[in-house]
Amino acid sequence: MASQYTVAHQRSATGIPTSKLALWWLLCSEIVIFGGVLASYLMFRLTHPEWSFDASHTNTMAGSINTFVLLTSSLFAVLAHHAAEMKDGPKAARYLMMTFGGGLLFLIIKGFEWSFEISHGYTITASRFWSFYYTAAGIHASHVIAGMIIMLWVANTARKGKDLHRVENVGLYWHFVDLVWIFLFPLLYIAK
Amino acid sequence: MGGHSPAHYVRIWVILCVLLVVSIAGPELGIPIVTLITAFGIAFVKAYLVCKHFMHLDTERPIVRYILITSLMFMLLFFAAVSPDVLNHNGMRWENQAAKAAVIHGMAVGDHGGGHGDEHHGEDHAGDHHGDEHADDHGDGHDDGHHEEAAEEH
Amino acid sequence: MSEAAVHPDGHEHDHHDHEMTFVEKWIFPLDHKYIGKQYLFTGMVMALFGGFLAYAFRMQLAWPGTDIPLFGHMSPAEYNAAVTNHGTIMIFWVAMPVLIAAFGNFLIPLMVGADDMVFPRLNRLSYQVFLLSAIVIVASLFVPGGGFGGAWTAYPPLSAVAAYNLTPQGSTMWLLAVALEFIAFLIGGINFITTAMNSRAPGMTWEKVPMVVWMICIASILFMASVGPLMAGAVMLLFDQTIGTGFFDPARGGDPILWQHLFWFFGHPEVYVVLLPATGMVAEIVPTFARKKLFGYKTVLFTAIGTGVLSFFVWAHHQFIAGIDPRMANVFTITTVLISIPIAEMMFLYIATLYGGSIRFTTPMLWALGFIFAFLIGGVTGIPLGASGADIYFHDSYFVIAHFHFTFFPIAFIGTFAGLTYWYPKMFGRMMNETLGKIHFWGTMISFHCLFIPMFVLGLAGQHRRIYDFTNFPELGVPFLQDIRVFCTSALLVLLAFQFVFLYNFIVSMFRGEKASENPWNANTLEWATPSPPGHGNFKEFPNVYRGPYEYSVPDRESDFWPQHHPA
Repeated sequence: MASQYTVAHQRSATGIPTSKLALWWLLCSEIVIFGGVLASYLMFRLTHPEWSFDASHTNTMAGSINTFVLLTSSLFAVLAHHAAEMKDGPKAARYLMMTFGGGLLFLIIKGFEWSFEISHGYTITASRFWSFYYTAAGIHASHVIAGMIIMLWVANTARKGKDLHRVENVGLYWHFVDLVWIFLFPLLYIAK
Repeated sequence: MGGHSPAHYVRIWVILCVLLVVSIAGPELGIPIVTLITAFGIAFVKAYLVCKHFMHLDTERPIVRYILITSLMFMLLFFAAVSPDVLNHNGMRWENQAAKAAVIHGMAVGDHGGGHGDEHHGEDHAGDHHGDEHADDHGDGHDDGHHEEAAEEH
Repeated sequence: MSEAAVHPDGHEHDHHDHEMTFVEKWIFPLDHKYIGKQYLFTGMVMALFGGFLAYAFRMQLAWPGTDIPLFGHMSPAEYNAAVTNHGTIMIFWVAMPVLIAAFGNFLIPLMVGADDMVFPRLNRLSYQVFLLSAIVIVASLFVPGGGFGGAWTAYPPLSAVAAYNLTPQGSTMWLLAVALEFIAFLIGGINFITTAMNSRAPGMTWEKVPMVVWMICIASILFMASVGPLMAGAVMLLFDQTIGTGFFDPARGGDPILWQHLFWFFGHPEVYVVLLPATGMVAEIVPTFARKKLFGYKTVLFTAIGTGVLSFFVWAHHQFIAGIDPRMANVFTITTVLISIPIAEMMFLYIATLYGGSIRFTTPMLWALGFIFAFLIGGVTGIPLGASGADIYFHDSYFVIAHFHFTFFPIAFIGTFAGLTYWYPKMFGRMMNETLGKIHFWGTMISFHCLFIPMFVLGLAGQHRRIYDFTNFPELGVPFLQDIRVFCTSALLVLLAFQFVFLYNFIVSMFRGEKASENPWNANTLEWATPSPPGHGNFKEFPNVYRGPYEYSVPDRESDFWPQHHPA
């Protein structure tokens, strides 16, 4: 079923596979979206020292565990890529499902954390800090969810040994999601 | 591509976890400079490690690095050019204090250098100073009007 | 990399063998040409809608308070909604889809010698999201409370709080539509860039790529790099409107100036996002009808890249009176004046291409020359607005209106007409009527100048924009100025009337026009190597590229053109 790809898709004048090149451009557009959120947050934060009081109510432990979970799922993503390079589809799919599990764990921890905070009155309208806290982490979480859905789909095809190049692409996306969290974590949780 | 073994990836992961522990433990000391370095400096180190070893940017074609760096540069530009403005806003009317200070300073210098105050703007100055005066008048007009933001424009 | 192992010839036949059904062509197309045409038709419908809004509020300005034919009485809120949505629709739902998406979709695969875009299904998704956004923006005008009336810049706090703008649903739908439109063009832009980067025909190195492909790609990159912060800002503003956060509402500790920065960091590059494809089309048309090589291919390219990069350094010139730091205003004045250098250089190169050529004044050529002429007026009148001292006086006056219509009209309409008349034979397989085309050209150009040149005068007289009824202002309601307003509105009516000449020509030629040959203009680029219109899969045999796109009137050759795919 190679004909699902156009001739245009199969050419590679730059030497980078087409889908991977498109993924790099997607990441570029994501960099500027998160860049806009983080730049806005930073500008507010630097002019509002009083936000550190709000920030001290965030749960650093939950944030740290989540960082660890995402780092670990990133490791599984790169191991899945390695397995795909070895043409071992089922193994790649297994690693991808572990990555998926990492994303799920991340969201579960996040859910508990947020419901705890909301029940204590720290809602999105409580103050500008909490607005940014929920908006930035919410945009990030929506990327986590999107990545998980794509990962299920890729794992499904990879299990049959098809389209193994997609394993690397979804992995690259996942690493980017991880990278964003690496910066969100100190900005939202640690700086107090 | 790649050529790394799974053991290599695990090694990187261990380093990342150690860095994570440091970045959590560092700020607990409560020293601002240590917080800054451990929380944010280490974030950059972690990002570098993920980019290089997990995303394979070291073996990727250079053009990918260029496009990613370009979009980062645009974000730096955005922050660098907006922050001098937005960081200096103050109060409910988001007045730019630094801008106001600069204007007051500039007007003071102008008064001393030109050797004239507002009150003795006679016909003899008309040719030279008409422009400035006009602009000032316009700005003042805005002050009285409904444009809250006009306070520091002139 | 298993995909690359399949030989291209292997399934070229699959594409050619079957005739596409109506559903495959128009409802769920995967073929880039039909997606491009869908964008084109949607853009044309939206242009008619935006033109109708312009007609409605111009009638109100010329004869305040009277019943407007086809519209009725216009209230101040309706006036604001009409002005806002006219601006938004003309930029986001006319200029963007037609110049980038329609021409990008239609031209890029053909011009680089590929059978389709790299991701046809993503391409279709992009159009569907775009169509949804168009429906939402039109619907936003008819919800209770009326359409959003806070200008296309949507400055908070007016746009952030329903208690201020009084259009709780209209403003949210407006913002949602704009955000959806951005998503559509991000998807489309990635497709364009990747196609142009990876799918070029063998032999097509970077200095052999047709200029319009370059320009659409640079524009897509500019769009991608600039829209991110605004996407973030749009989410924040959406939360301000719906949940009640206060990112941009000063009453709740937010910073409205931050939105202005987020908006204009996108908003100014956006001008170049739509400008560059238009100049790219002019760069295709001028050499073809001057029968002469494009003067300074690499210089045109570098000026385009230079303009693109510089366009990120000028945005704060929209905020000179918004209370930004005057020292910052100095910097932005300098960069703003600097950006006129590369773009003027580009226009001079097009004029230099004409020198010594054997010029044919066909309709597309007239439009291309008209573009250079009108855009130069737009560019030159931008200089006083870019200088912070002068801008304090000109800001928010009709001078600004006249200036940006002298840039956007040449881009979105004159440039589009140039491209449409030029590529019409390739799109629909028939020629347009030249006589009707020339009538449309002169009628549009003359009425356009009559419409906007008087607005410079109005602006200099101090006429503020966004005023519903000028007769309420003693200094602005004087008969002399009111006469100018009536003149402008009359010119607009003439301008709109001449567009029906174009529509008639466009639709009738599609069925009755003279059949077009494969290469009616004797042009060099690869799209003319396919049948008119090209079938599914475009090329019978995928071309190789041997030379640049502008080899016209090469000495010692029998014909005065030398197609890119002909072996030496």
